[in-house]
Amino acid sequence: MATQIRVKVNGIDYNNQVEPRLLLVHYLRDVLRLTGTHVGCDTSSCGACTIHINGKATKSCTILAVQANGCEIKTIEGMADNGKLHPLQEAFKECHGLQCGFCTPGMIMTAADLLEHNPEPNEEEIRYALEGNFCRCTGYQNIVKSVQFAANKMKEGVNV
Amino acid sequence: MSTTNGLIGRSVKRVEDKRFISGKGRYTDDIILPNQTYASFVRSPYAHAKILSVDLAEAKGMPGVVAIFTGADVADVNGVPCGWQVNFKNGDLMKEPKHPLLVADKARHVGDAVAIVIAESKAQADDAARAIDVEYEELPCVIDAFKGAQPGASLVHDDVPNNMCFDWALGNPIAEVDEAIASSAHVTTLEFVNQRVIPNAIEPRACNSSFDAGNDSYVLYTSSQNPHLIRLLMCAFVLGLPEHKVRVVSPDVGGGFGSKIFHYTEEALLTWATKKIGRPVKWTATRSESFLTDAHGRDHVTKAEMGFDKDGKMTALRIKTFANLGAYLSTFGSCVPTYLHGTLVQGLYTTPKINVDVTGVFTHTTPVDAYRGAGRPEATYLLERLVDLAAHEMNVDPAELRFKNFIPPFDGIGQPGYQTQVALQYDSGNYEGVLKKGLEMLGYDALRKEQKDASKNGKLLGIGFSTYIEACGIAPSAVVGSLGARAGLYEVGQVRVQPTGKVSVYTGSHSHGQGHETTFAQIVADKLGIPMEDVEIVHGDSESVAFGMGTYGSRSLAVGGSAIMKSVYKIIEKGKLIAAHKLEVSADDIEFESGKFTVKGTDKSVGFVDVALTAYVPHVFPPDLEPGLDFSSFYDPTNFTYPFGCHIAVVEVDKETGKVVLKRFVAVDDVGNIINPMIVDGQIHGGVAQGIGQALFEGAEYDENGQLTNGSYMDYCMPRADDFPMFELGGQVTPCPHNPLGVKGAGEAGTIGSTPAVVNAVLDALWSGGHEVKDIRMPLTAERVWRAMQ
Amino acid sequence: MIPAEFDYEKVATIDEAINAIADGGKILAGGHSLIPAIKLRLNQPSKLVDITGIPTLKGIKEEDGEIVIGAGSTHGEIATDTLIKKHLPFFAEGAAMIGDLQVRNYGTIGGSLAHADPGADWPALVLAADAAIEVQGNGGKRRIKATDFFTGLFSTDVKEDEIIIAVRIPIPAAGATTTYQKFVQPASRFAIVGCAVMRFADGKINIAFTGVSDNAFRESNAENALSGKPLNDPAIDEAVNASLQNADIMGDHYASGEYRKHLAKVYLKKALKAVM
Repeated sequence: MATQIRVKVNGIDYNNQVEPRLLLVHYLRDVLRLTGTHVGCDTSSCGACTIHINGKATKSCTILAVQANGCEIKTIEGMADNGKLHPLQEAFKECHGLQCGFCTPGMIMTAADLLEHNPEPNEEEIRYALEGNFCRCTGYQNIVKSVQFAANKMKEGVNV
Repeated sequence: MSTTNGLIGRSVKRVEDKRFISGKGRYTDDIILPNQTYASFVRSPYAHAKILSVDLAEAKGMPGVVAIFTGADVADVNGVPCGWQVNFKNGDLMKEPKHPLLVADKARHVGDAVAIVIAESKAQADDAARAIDVEYEELPCVIDAFKGAQPGASLVHDDVPNNMCFDWALGNPIAEVDEAIASSAHVTTLEFVNQRVIPNAIEPRACNSSFDAGNDSYVLYTSSQNPHLIRLLMCAFVLGLPEHKVRVVSPDVGGGFGSKIFHYTEEALLTWATKKIGRPVKWTATRSESFLTDAHGRDHVTKAEMGFDKDGKMTALRIKTFANLGAYLSTFGSCVPTYLHGTLVQGLYTTPKINVDVTGVFTHTTPVDAYRGAGRPEATYLLERLVDLAAHEMNVDPAELRFKNFIPPFDGIGQPGYQTQVALQYDSGNYEGVLKKGLEMLGYDALRKEQKDASKNGKLLGIGFSTYIEACGIAPSAVVGSLGARAGLYEVGQVRVQPTGKVSVYTGSHSHGQGHETTFAQIVADKLGIPMEDVEIVHGDSESVAFGMGTYGSRSLAVGGSAIMKSVYKIIEKGKLIAAHKLEVSADDIEFESGKFTVKGTDKSVGFVDVALTAYVPHVFPPDLEPGLDFSSFYDPTNFTYPFGCHIAVVEVDKETGKVVLKRFVAVDDVGNIINPMIVDGQIHGGVAQGIGQALFEGAEYDENGQLTNGSYMDYCMPRADDFPMFELGGQVTPCPHNPLGVKGAGEAGTIGSTPAVVNAVLDALWSGGHEVKDIRMPLTAERVWRAMQ
Repeated sequence: MIPAEFDYEKVATIDEAINAIADGGKILAGGHSLIPAIKLRLNQPSKLVDITGIPTLKGIKEEDGEIVIGAGSTHGEIATDTLIKKHLPFFAEGAAMIGDLQVRNYGTIGGSLAHADPGADWPALVLAADAAIEVQGNGGKRRIKATDFFTGLFSTDVKEDEIIIAVRIPIPAAGATTTYQKFVQPASRFAIVGCAVMRFADGKINIAFTGVSDNAFRESNAENALSGKPLNDPAIDEAVNASLQNADIMGDHYASGEYRKHLAKVYLKKALKAVM
């Protein structure tokens, strides 16, 4: 029994009929073709599917599309502002915070939630906040540095 | 050669990042083809079972089902082949049972594919797969390599006695080694398991195959490290397809770590099926499937003995290993525990007598093959564990024991390298240099003092060493051919200068995180004296790139980069001819520097872009000068490259719980010349993390019924951000003497060195607390460490 | 992984929810326990009843000397709530240790309690805090004492027609101290041992364990050993010795029964020292 949903994704309104069993991540990837959000596991562990729902980092593999009805969603494709990269996106490039790139969108979305609530996290807080995001390439070394770099940039941005 | 524009050696930010940070990467599962169908598999829930019947009746009638195929449908199709022939000691060929695309008679590991369902949607394929009723008769199974090789063990393949795929040995005659061990003043013995680990690239394997009936051609998208080899194996050995009618594309690949080198049954089956149904078929593994079907790594049961004379000089090394191959031979399953393992057991030491003996055993488990490091971590683990244990037993400092036994420094220039007892000739090395630097970075003496005080706080502090060497830049075709490889291991690099001076580079190496689009562009731009933005690296598509042997064994820069260099030299030489013609001088009078072709001793010159345009607008060329500026080269190395290094771990062990916390990790790696230090550091970071993962967190756990009891991220412990401190990286550069870039390779170094360093550190902590423990089985979970202290 | 087909109904009131589950529907709150299970098809409900739109299940408030946590409150909301931090600091500490940041943003206390995973953190916390779980069904509302709530592996005293609407905790008199000490299962980050302790101003000490047995429980032997005594090192040792005499201890490949029991004692000691 298909259900009508209405969501705003990266500022654009969408109306779709979806099966209740359709996971939000599959809705984003297969229906809206926003393929920057990835699927890396089936146990809500790896965090590759992390997006923001109403401003909060969430694993989109653990939400049904119907549950997101009426919500505002932001994905990695919506992080840049009018073509200007988000400071976290810049930082991941600057600090070599990615290698294969598969975990990167989820990593950036989680880090963005962290910095929203804790603009000056220490190393331990960053590592703890990223517990729900797996990376197999970087040993997390440069990911942590990327988040620190972005935090500093964002702070400078505010002070200017 | 010309001077460069300084791009080599700089931490240039990565070109490929732009797409990845903005969600514009294109991985296999991102691709949906017109008229797409989706596949789902029915897989055996048993490790060993007769398949009595497969009932498709209900599934066939379910919504959206397009086709269902079982083992009977592909009975006449060949299985996927193994790429390396290892012989028994008596010269007999290894046993190579068929690895069918779908099993018809028997399932031989949990996850063995029994049927494929193809439907209009992923959900419908899943629904129908669950409606297929397979009747099994469960049979006894064997999981452990040692037990599998004992008489009476349940057979994986009826025609393979004792489940023995091969037995194999390398080194000095065993009698000589036995004698040297017997006459040693001290012998350190270690019996241990190098446990099975599961690679877990975060992108699950995926493929999408399509057939064009109009011209009888195929396109296979697959998340592979190795698209050309997949095409070759699939066309020539499995499906019998004309290779020129098959295009294999590996677009962005989300990590490989070895597990995406191999030709998997799903690739061939989807390619077979797409023609049958006339529509594209896509399959993406779930993580649960990845756990059961991605080739696993390691899994050795080993006894190793090292002899010393009264002065602590190594006298002999004797190794007996049972290597678990899983249920079938994977593409490189046979060479990993033999030629990539046995050849490295001499390590950095002058040990005069060595014998390594390996039995390859089939078991009812997922096939085992290369996992980051592939054989070399196993060699390093046994050797470096022996050295630290010997130091404890003989009550000498583990660093001192190493200094005493290192091969002295040599640069390999104008002299042969160092010939080991186990076939390899090391290219160049300064082994004591990396250990000295590591000790300095660590502040070794102060740390030993701290160790004495740590116990007061309920903690034990431990320091563990590992000084390793690896054979990379795989490999000289003649050498590997003589050792059983069924392919050459050269690489292809094409440099095409476009008429406007922009440069397209086609490489047979494949980047799945290594940053080739940056590193290779740095080399080409540097050597041609042009901006990096003018260079584009193309890889991963058999239609664009002439040929390739893929990326594994830390070979991309040493072999793939060298192939590109050969073409760059050809471009420069041809450019000189064109410039000479334009400047009306002899080509011998032209020198190339910083993007300019100049008449020696004059200020007369012509730029690279001008020469490029002239090459394609040859209005007044002499008859012997061909138009165009486009060269392709094959580079076949003359030797392996031998990166080496020193890893030191500092751990804290909680006396009450056994919990281990990694406090520091120092790594001094010598990977030869470095093109992009930022990328090399990143490779070391990731490798170290995976090696620590094996030591402390990861390991496949099978129960006696052959069920993988930790086949999900809720049970298999993936290392996370809060499991690591910041690693402390040092470096040393001993150039490789035999390739044009002087590079050795950095992809696996971290994994190879780190595992024994961490385990040695934990044991050192225990010894410091009075627990004289020889071994704890990896991963060193809190409970295992706690038990060792009881 | 794709779940089997099911129907979906989003309800606006508790009464609607009760009607919907009477038809065989299963409650969907944050879904962070349920959705993984239905993806793996370990659980195949015919209908999901989404209760996240019920306003009365939201929020944390003080009411009649109690802290009332709406069942729909997320772990993240509880971890950062000022009322919780003031009166029940170990609830905030424990909530911050659940899963990961994303899971805490979406998973709810009601969902976790209903699921009753043997390694979940909330069970130990609600037990140690003398909480009651308030449920509502066809027979109206009722309160289940935490000590009566957990009845076995993944099982609770909630009836088929009932849903959890709130957790109610009596506000402890000033001077109470609390702690939650957790030894994590490294892969799942559930508790191998979670020990929650609340020491009231009058000296009474509540001790609860999760992760150790099929369901969380109050460690009454240890509590009795401490009863009426000053909390000092000898008393703590006595309590630790008295603990876990009759417990049926779980074992798995991260912690055998023997080791888990040892860990539980180590963590009980840590917890008692923390509230000293």
